[in-house]
Amino acid sequence: MNASFVIQSLLNGVLIGGVYSLIAIGLTLVFGVMKIINFAHGSLMMLGMYVCYWSVALLHLNPYLAILIVIPTLFLVGVLIQKFLINSIITAPEHNQLLLTLGVSLFLENLALFLWTPDYRVMSTPYADINFYLGDISISLVRLAAFALAMLGTAVLFVVLTRTDLGKAIRAASEEPDGAVLMGINVRSIYWVSFGIGAACAGVAGAAIAPFFPVYPQVGGLFVITAFVVVVLGGMGNFLGAFAGGIIIGVADSLGAMFLPGSMKSIISFTIFILILLFKPNGLFGGQRG
Amino acid sequence: MVERPKDGHLPRRLSAPAWIVLGLIAAGLHGLPWFFPDLVHTMIMIFLLALMGQGWNVLSGYAGQFSFGHSLFFGLGAYTSSLLFVKAGVSPWIGMGASVAVAVLIGLFIGYLSFRYGLSGPFFALIMLAFAEIFHMIATGWSWCRGAEGILIPLEGNMPSIMQFTEKEPFYFILLWLTAASLFFVWKMEGTRMGLYLQAVREDSEAAEALGVDSLRCKLTAMAISAGMTAMGGTFYAQYLLYIDPDTTFGVVNSVEIMLRPIIGGPGTVLGPLLGSVVLTPLSEITRTAFQAYSGAYLMFYGAILVAVIIFLPDGLMGILKKLAGLARGRRG
Amino acid sequence: MSSPSTLEVAGVTKSFRGLTALSEVSLTVGAGRIVGLIGPNGAGKTTLFNIISGFMKPDAGRITFEGHDLIGLKPHQVCRLGLGRTFQIVKPFGQLTVLENVAVGAFNTTRDTSRAEEESGRILEFVGLDKKALVPAYSLTTPDRKRLEMARALATKPKLLLLDEVMAGLNPTEKDEVIALVQKIRGSGTSILIIEHAMRVIMGLCDHIFVIQYGCGIADGEPKSISCNPSVIEAYLGKKHETAHRR
Repeated sequence: MNASFVIQSLLNGVLIGGVYSLIAIGLTLVFGVMKIINFAHGSLMMLGMYVCYWSVALLHLNPYLAILIVIPTLFLVGVLIQKFLINSIITAPEHNQLLLTLGVSLFLENLALFLWTPDYRVMSTPYADINFYLGDISISLVRLAAFALAMLGTAVLFVVLTRTDLGKAIRAASEEPDGAVLMGINVRSIYWVSFGIGAACAGVAGAAIAPFFPVYPQVGGLFVITAFVVVVLGGMGNFLGAFAGGIIIGVADSLGAMFLPGSMKSIISFTIFILILLFKPNGLFGGQRG
Repeated sequence: MVERPKDGHLPRRLSAPAWIVLGLIAAGLHGLPWFFPDLVHTMIMIFLLALMGQGWNVLSGYAGQFSFGHSLFFGLGAYTSSLLFVKAGVSPWIGMGASVAVAVLIGLFIGYLSFRYGLSGPFFALIMLAFAEIFHMIATGWSWCRGAEGILIPLEGNMPSIMQFTEKEPFYFILLWLTAASLFFVWKMEGTRMGLYLQAVREDSEAAEALGVDSLRCKLTAMAISAGMTAMGGTFYAQYLLYIDPDTTFGVVNSVEIMLRPIIGGPGTVLGPLLGSVVLTPLSEITRTAFQAYSGAYLMFYGAILVAVIIFLPDGLMGILKKLAGLARGRRG
Repeated sequence: MSSPSTLEVAGVTKSFRGLTALSEVSLTVGAGRIVGLIGPNGAGKTTLFNIISGFMKPDAGRITFEGHDLIGLKPHQVCRLGLGRTFQIVKPFGQLTVLENVAVGAFNTTRDTSRAEEESGRILEFVGLDKKALVPAYSLTTPDRKRLEMARALATKPKLLLLDEVMAGLNPTEKDEVIALVQKIRGSGTSILIIEHAMRVIMGLCDHIFVIQYGCGIADGEPKSISCNPSVIEAYLGKKHETAHRR
């Protein structure tokens, strides 16, 4: 273990952390607005990966252009899920909402399994082989691009939330739903829009890593837990917290991979998760409790 | 004068006709292995999952603390007794005691940490999931417990003293009786101090506290009972199938299997887990064979059922039965 | 003639993030008395109840109940000592029957199921809910829910009962019924500390009244003297009285 190995790991940690941030931001947005913990978030990301993969494999699109297909597709899926499923139980006890999203994730994951088999698929794209070198340290183009995409997505979302009317309506609905209704904001619409945006975030994150991460039906499961850890770390409903939390967990996971055998590397993030839930349930940066 | 028709009593009692029906069902179940030997395996699985589902039901249905990680206790149960047997020759009967003890201790640990800090619904569910996954990872990565290749329990012939049988029937009867015992236990518990306290905590823990209910203690008690029951199931599973590995025990799928039965049957009811198991287990066997080529795709069916039940039948099948009974009573009265 | 105090609250202070909810509030409740706690909305009355019953800790002050120090005790421990309370927004155990709801309270003093059932039946008769014993609580009307709230607390056999706005949302007939019930409760030996808005209720019911405004005690005494107290009139009866005079 030498310095460059450590730096390499940390760098990769930051790069993947950016993607974690985007995933988490989608999740925390949905929680902030609807107070729902969306278990299906990972499956939505998985769908994004598959849409990207098939766009490249069947339509021979550039993977980064495929994202333009992923965004509306996932947005639509998100809207449908919200309007027809989640909306039906909007007044039900919390745990029922959780169970519902769990059911959706089970369904989506195994639908993918049924349609596309459990085979790991690796996108064939020339970009995957390109690396930059800084002394001993190699930076893979696709990882860098994933990070850049995630940052772009985050920035766009940030601008939307702070500068546009829609964004303000979303924030109003999440902080003060009763007040928002009084201001004439159609909170029901905000719900499905937010869910759609959340789904789109997951989809973009998936598409961003599809060039270098294997695509298979259960991949969502890996990321959903990480997304929860990030969201809880950053504070539920806290956008900036999710952003910072993503980077932190990305680095933590890298450190884990350095010291622990393959199957155990997530133990660090799980432990962080448990500790935060117990001792700082509002997250490091402050947020809402469930 | 307080009106007290039979089913309003706190100490639960059954009417004579109900006992007769129960007796008939019991007789039928005892005779089943002779008349329908092909069903024995399915019935064993029905009972096993009903037992563990009842365990989940005590914590999540009655006390209202939803756990998404009960595979933790299932795995702990399976691994504890199996490791004790394979490494130290300890009879699984005693091993089961150890399984229950380990599960209860870990459950109390997690419960204490969570409930003391007032962890609410979804967060507690997630913590259970996280702990189940942690143990999943440990079991997979730690060579001392045979890692991913799992533990194969050597069959040494028909030896009841070490819970090994060459035929299925002994397991059938053991699980039949255990499941019946778990139903009886929960049924009686419902109207007792502990039973009502648990439900009060579920309905409104602040109001319960104001009435003298120590909600922390109640939740921990529920957790202990729940962990123990589920761990017992783990031991029997291990001894029945004679093979366990991290995925088939600690895997998230098992948490779903355990939860789904009481949810479909009716959370917080005595018969819920059994009803759900009777309905779901055969259905899942059928879909599993139908989807044979696509391993795990039957879970798609689980997902759809879960969604449908949550939207249309939040009180489960028992909820429907109760409504029908209420209608019938209304028409008579 | 001074009766021994059951509850003594002395100098209780509580702030939330810089906002002072209660400032040096003191009151006493004597055995077998009905004491009223009144004040405009937001005066801090429910906060005081929450502190007394153990749901919150004060920043300063002392609270003793029959000689026991209450501060730091959890709510269920406070109940065990004999202090019961109701909630302003009623909290029935919806999925349980009326009888089961009350039984939860009854189990405070017994572990025996049959005894708890008997007790609960007795209490339901006392409050007039016996006909609805087997009805699930979620299906009760508002006045019945209030009765259930009181029945549950009564089942714990409290020596002192804190009633938080039990009249809210009731029409005059229903209010009279509840007033009769409260008097019945005192008659059976329980002391009562009651938060109320309706002036005629308080004046008619209470032996002694404490008035707080903006978290501070501004007056206490018998109903007659309170209704003539200028600072109380200004703070609480305020504009209504002035306009009444002007006519």
